[in-house]
Amino acid sequence: MAPLLDVQNLVKHFPISGSRKTVQAINGISFTIEKGQTVSLVGESGSGKTTVGRCILGLIDPTGGGIYFNGRKMGRDHNVRHRDVRGRIQLVFQEPAESLSPRVRVADLLAEPLIYQGVTRPDRERRVLEIAARVGLPTGLLEKYPAELSAGLQQRIGIGRAVITRPEIVVLDEPTSALDPTARAEIVDLLIGLQRQMETAYLFISHDLSTVRFISDRVVVLYLGSIVEEGPAATVFATPRHPYSTGLLASVMLPHPSLKPEKRLTLVGEIPSPIDLPPGCPLAGRCPFAEDKCRAAFPPPVALGHGHLVHCINHEKVAAMGAAVDFFGRFQVLADRILGVAPTLEKDTVQ
Amino acid sequence: MDQSAALDAAPVASAPASLAGGPPGGAARARSGPVGFFLAVLRARPMFAVGYIIVLLMIFAALLAPWLAPYNPVTAAPDDYLQPPNALHWLGTDATGMDILSRILYAPRVDLTIAILGTLISSAIGAPLGAIVGYYEGRSAWRRALSVLVMRAADVLQAFPVFVFAIALVAVFGQSLASIIAAIAFVNIPIYLRLMRSQVLSIRGMRYVEAAFVAGASDVAILRRHIIPNAIAPALAQLSVSVGWSVLLTSGLSFVGAGVVAPTPEWGSMIATGFQNVTTGQWWPSVFPGIALGIAVFGFALVGSSIEVLADPAQRRLVGVKHAAG
Repeated sequence: MAPLLDVQNLVKHFPISGSRKTVQAINGISFTIEKGQTVSLVGESGSGKTTVGRCILGLIDPTGGGIYFNGRKMGRDHNVRHRDVRGRIQLVFQEPAESLSPRVRVADLLAEPLIYQGVTRPDRERRVLEIAARVGLPTGLLEKYPAELSAGLQQRIGIGRAVITRPEIVVLDEPTSALDPTARAEIVDLLIGLQRQMETAYLFISHDLSTVRFISDRVVVLYLGSIVEEGPAATVFATPRHPYSTGLLASVMLPHPSLKPEKRLTLVGEIPSPIDLPPGCPLAGRCPFAEDKCRAAFPPPVALGHGHLVHCINHEKVAAMGAAVDFFGRFQVLADRILGVAPTLEKDTVQ
Repeated sequence: MDQSAALDAAPVASAPASLAGGPPGGAARARSGPVGFFLAVLRARPMFAVGYIIVLLMIFAALLAPWLAPYNPVTAAPDDYLQPPNALHWLGTDATGMDILSRILYAPRVDLTIAILGTLISSAIGAPLGAIVGYYEGRSAWRRALSVLVMRAADVLQAFPVFVFAIALVAVFGQSLASIIAAIAFVNIPIYLRLMRSQVLSIRGMRYVEAAFVAGASDVAILRRHIIPNAIAPALAQLSVSVGWSVLLTSGLSFVGAGVVAPTPEWGSMIATGFQNVTTGQWWPSVFPGIALGIAVFGFALVGSSIEVLADPAQRRLVGVKHAAG
């Protein structure tokens, strides 16, 4: 059976006006998402992770490759607006305030996706109340305008809008990065709860690695529009094998003094411009292990078992360095010991 | 899943009652319906009230002129020509002895009809056209061609001085009420076209438009539900400004003799005919209709800016907060 979402060799190059050069935002990305699964796209700003999400939703047309939803290819004529797909793929934006029309009341914002599905008014009203309760919006707020609410509540509206159609997949484009830490924890908790109830698949796009570790099944690490490493979240976080993933994970700060990442592997320099990328591994210019072979062609994936793939010819050197220490695993153990219980966040009690 | 949905829905089934009741505990502003809110805005911005009073007075004058006016506005009284303001003729009489106060009270009938109709026609054509042009601009080849065509046509319209253009139209279609209305509508179309287009160009890239796209909205639904409501405020404000300005244009046309036919009471033609007497010291036939005209334009401008505030939730809130604080 075809996977829920299958992204095959996706390419997106943005033309630069007045120049024949292009911004090579995505250079051949393939991954799949199964029903009810959470796949995270991580990477620095400019790695193309948001562009992948926008291609999936048809907000931009890909330059090459294909996106298959339930086995059917998405394109201009068969996109999120098509009758068969409408409401089955949804999106939660990074900026909650900007993604809600300022002149529409909260209740109408929540009901909007249902209108396009042809749901009748009484049904819509019933489901708005139901979803408001589920995402933790007090019914008193339904008559308000989005500008009157806090960012956390606005993001709850954004999520409510996305899940009201009971979609099969929700693209979450950095849904927590514009929120303060308390609201962030609540939103992550809400997302996990909703997934459990509705069996929705998530494509979680984020640079917030601690959240990614917490909610993902699989992690896909992007660098300059190419996948450098992918695999089960716990495995990738515990034993990253690509120099870039290792450096990325070492940059995370965890709230415990003993968990100071040892910077045994440092990436020098900045992320290069995605204009006119040379062939070969995009990290070659910053990587301490770079060889001539790296600059010649992008390394093919090396399978490490359990779906853990790394695009690096020197992945064994990275492993041998022991640069990868499972801080996240250790932090979780520490947190469990301190709290004395498994860190299950309590269910929303806004009502 | 559906079962749990039904269970979740049960306890909130009684919620619509609380929806209508507004937020429990009360927000910063009292919400006693749209009228109460409107009054709160007027209290917060008293100048808006002045605008509404001026416009209402004009409408009253237009409706009740036969009862308010002490004399017939078009009956000449050669014996009483050019009388200065006095107890019988509060604002004096003009060169043919017609009572200026009566004529000023009757004038809004003509001026408002022309201005309001002209403005409504121009906005009804210009605003939707501007929204469509703005939304589709640069999307595909033939749509780009369409928008270029529309915008260049607007350029041509605006290349002529408005006044000259209006005179030319009246000259072609003859001196009648309909042709003056058509002229005013025509010269105003590019204003609404450009206003809407520029607004829509900035709004169509907003995140909430993308959100509607992802929710499955058609182009028509996106335009109707999201783009036009968010782009319309400046056009609504312009509506009232245009009415004031159209009164001015009508008067201007009458002043140069391309407007209404004498002796129809109309501010511009009153100023025009009275203006010959100003040089000989009889200022009143010209100055009083001029003042009336100025006040009218001012009143419509105030109403225009109040509409901009009322149509924008963010500004409404600012006004509401101010009101609560003061």
